[in-house]
Amino acid sequence: MNRSPYITQAPSVTTIMLKVLLALLPGIAAYVWIFGGGILVTLTLASITALASEAILLKWRDRPIKPFLMDGSALVTAWLLALALPPLAPWWLVVVGTLFAIVIAKQLYGGLGYNPFNPAMIGYAVLLISFPAIMTKWPAPLLLAQTPLGFSDQLHFIFAGALPNGVLVDAITSATPLDYLKTQLGLHHQVQAITQAPIFGVLGGKGGEWVTGAYLLGGLYLIQQRIISWHLPSAFLAALALMAGVFYLLDPAHFANPAFHLLSGATMLCAFFIITDPISGPTTPLGKLIFAAGIGILTYLIRVYGGYPDGVAFSVLLFNIAVPLIDAYTQPRVYGHAK
Amino acid sequence: MLANLFKSSKLSSFNGGVHPPQHKLESTRAPISVLTIKNAQQVFVLPLRQHVGKVSKLLVNVGDHVLKGQLLANADGQMSAAVHAPTSGTIVSVQDQLIPHPSGLPDIAITLQADGEDRWVEHHAMDYRSVSKREVLERLREGGVVGLGGATFPSHVKLREEAKHPVDTLILNGAECEPFITCDDLLMRERAEEIVRGIEIMQYLLNTKECIIGIEDNKPEAAQAMRDAASKSQILIAVVVVPTVYPSGGARQLIKILTGKEAPSGKRSTDIGIQCFNVATAYTVHRLVNHGEPVISRIVTVTGKVARPGNYDVPLGLAVGELVALAGGAVENTEYIMGGPMMGFTLPSNHVPVVKAMNCIIVGKPEIFPEPPPAMPCIRCARCADACPVSLQPQELYWFAKSDNFEKARDYKLFDCIECGCCTYVCPSNIPLVQYYRYAKSEIIALDKAKQAADIARERNEFRLHRIEREKQERAQKHAQKAAGAKTESAKLEAAPADAATKAEEAKKAALAAAIERAKVQKAEIAPKNTEEVSPQIQADIAAIEARRAEAGLAEVAPQDENN
Repeated sequence: MNRSPYITQAPSVTTIMLKVLLALLPGIAAYVWIFGGGILVTLTLASITALASEAILLKWRDRPIKPFLMDGSALVTAWLLALALPPLAPWWLVVVGTLFAIVIAKQLYGGLGYNPFNPAMIGYAVLLISFPAIMTKWPAPLLLAQTPLGFSDQLHFIFAGALPNGVLVDAITSATPLDYLKTQLGLHHQVQAITQAPIFGVLGGKGGEWVTGAYLLGGLYLIQQRIISWHLPSAFLAALALMAGVFYLLDPAHFANPAFHLLSGATMLCAFFIITDPISGPTTPLGKLIFAAGIGILTYLIRVYGGYPDGVAFSVLLFNIAVPLIDAYTQPRVYGHAK
Repeated sequence: MLANLFKSSKLSSFNGGVHPPQHKLESTRAPISVLTIKNAQQVFVLPLRQHVGKVSKLLVNVGDHVLKGQLLANADGQMSAAVHAPTSGTIVSVQDQLIPHPSGLPDIAITLQADGEDRWVEHHAMDYRSVSKREVLERLREGGVVGLGGATFPSHVKLREEAKHPVDTLILNGAECEPFITCDDLLMRERAEEIVRGIEIMQYLLNTKECIIGIEDNKPEAAQAMRDAASKSQILIAVVVVPTVYPSGGARQLIKILTGKEAPSGKRSTDIGIQCFNVATAYTVHRLVNHGEPVISRIVTVTGKVARPGNYDVPLGLAVGELVALAGGAVENTEYIMGGPMMGFTLPSNHVPVVKAMNCIIVGKPEIFPEPPPAMPCIRCARCADACPVSLQPQELYWFAKSDNFEKARDYKLFDCIECGCCTYVCPSNIPLVQYYRYAKSEIIALDKAKQAADIARERNEFRLHRIEREKQERAQKHAQKAAGAKTESAKLEAAPADAATKAEEAKKAALAAAIERAKVQKAEIAPKNTEEVSPQIQADIAAIEARRAEAGLAEVAPQDENN
């Protein structure tokens, strides 16, 4: 075929997706260490569901199955959703969320490259709205649980919902630090007193801050590999820290410090893995800064004033809507044109 | 002083760019080998369209015996260039032949059979300072000098002094940023002094204040040779080494690097006082003015799957296959690329002639450049936007082109795309982006033309309706007058005012016709919005685009005639 250029030098879509999965491994390792091996079951469940539903949908849509299964994007969606779910989520919750992400949010919009919303966040938001009780009940980190569950117990719990004899659900779960902070502030306690609770660690939630730190590590690898651009995480983290900083300085008794916000909840996962989804995000450098900063601000506002303990999913989805607008108004100056 | 200024001044840069593997060493080991014609049966094919603009006017007939350097076809007007005999011999045919053009369409060409004597026509040097600049320009026009960087824009047009746009800076493009191509490199290494002589003529014609030669830093020998030659010149010529990044050799990109200025979109670089030429063009200017030799040969890099890759000084018109055979490459069962791997095209045949635009032949396309894997959907990673030297948003343009949303594509500055291929080079989804842009450009131009035609038709129809209506009224008036005349004796008295009325009507008609004519002319002037009043480089680019478009069977070849 007569088409120049005859040479290319680019990582394939598969390579890009696999590197994202690779970058998630430190976070997953920390997760297993803190919360136990149950997350591996969740990840496997989500992966199988994603690949199977993607294959079926591709077949229905008369699209080639192999190249699109091999591109790795379904696995990335599955893993991100799995990591956002509570570690001991029942199996059907994982399956329903993944199905929604792949079938509705991705394939029905046209598959890879055509989804206007982040599929993992769609799956998460659907579950959060539909099953708020399960979605906000997180197991306590192993070192805090009264009766830490072994891997087989976790497996049993995920698939059968049953706990070993004599163990109560409340004994293994607790509110997340963000959730706890919010409810306690609602009860007119002060931040300093609240953060004395055992679930709080040095800066973020006990244990959770390690997972968050591991995500940061993976994220830096992605920037180094030029898989994601620095604009998104920097602007998101800066905006979140700035919001938290301003409120904290105004009233330290009622607002947690910026470090807590940076190391709690889904902050780092969001900064490096979720808002960096290129398909549902903006493409211009300035657009990326605006998009990420907007999500950072909105995440903070939802955490502090909203009805949900964490605001990442809704912030991302709201700004996904704004992407075409952001792109349209942040076009860089073209060579030879006045601004 | 000026030279020092350039050395100390910091270079600017353009957005993005890419760093493809160079593959230049292969063809730079051997010196330029000059091919001479000894074979009496050697055949040369000389297309009459080897340049941007009007096809040359044929001056010879079949059976004529011509001498080396003899004018065979003259430039037709200003936007055209002449064609000369590369050796002495007999004209054996003038007919359509396959030419090195991406369209694969045949075009009119002269076939010359050599007599083996290689005897020169009478030619002489010109003391360019002692004659008028007009005469020098006329010699360039008759000498067939065109831009040899690949654009083949007639050089005399660019060397005309224009009071409205004085040229302060003359830029010589020795960047040669495309991989594989080394013809300018070798030319600068071996014939630096002659290039400088040509630059002196260009500087004299344009009366520029400064002169800069831009050379990529992967050609240190060429830069040194040019520096040495420049230091011996009476005029100040600064040799500036620029970083190796594709496409630094794009005229607009090089202008930005060297001066920090940007040629305004859709305008010529002379609008900002800059004119840009390829170094090989300067060399031919020197050969023509100082030796009287028209452009009958050029240096071609032959590389790829050949035993003796290198640069060959080839008489124009020689079959590419013969040139490749001389370099030790296959002629059958393989494909050649003309130009580099980033912007070149596959030759429609291996037997097309060497032409002025041919800077490089890469032999063995299928072996060296395997087909890319099938394209995946765009994942909006914006690597293309990061790489675009014009700061476009290729991912958006792709979307618009794919959905035939041409207005949006135009809004997003599709026509500023230089088709350098950087976007495709970095695309993880292997999307042939440049092909989409070529398609969209051609569609937009075709739509514009159709609209123009429709407007004219509508105007004609409106005028026709108007005329019918008027004639009806006139008839009615006449009838009324007749009726009135039959009744009254004073009919004769009224004849005069009736005459006056008819005259007024005629005047109206004439005025209307004139207005319509004016409107038509205006329309015609406005219509090719994107292609008129652009720099010669862009004109040339457009020509290249047109060519590629023609290849895709999308539009007729060379509509540039009407734009110039």
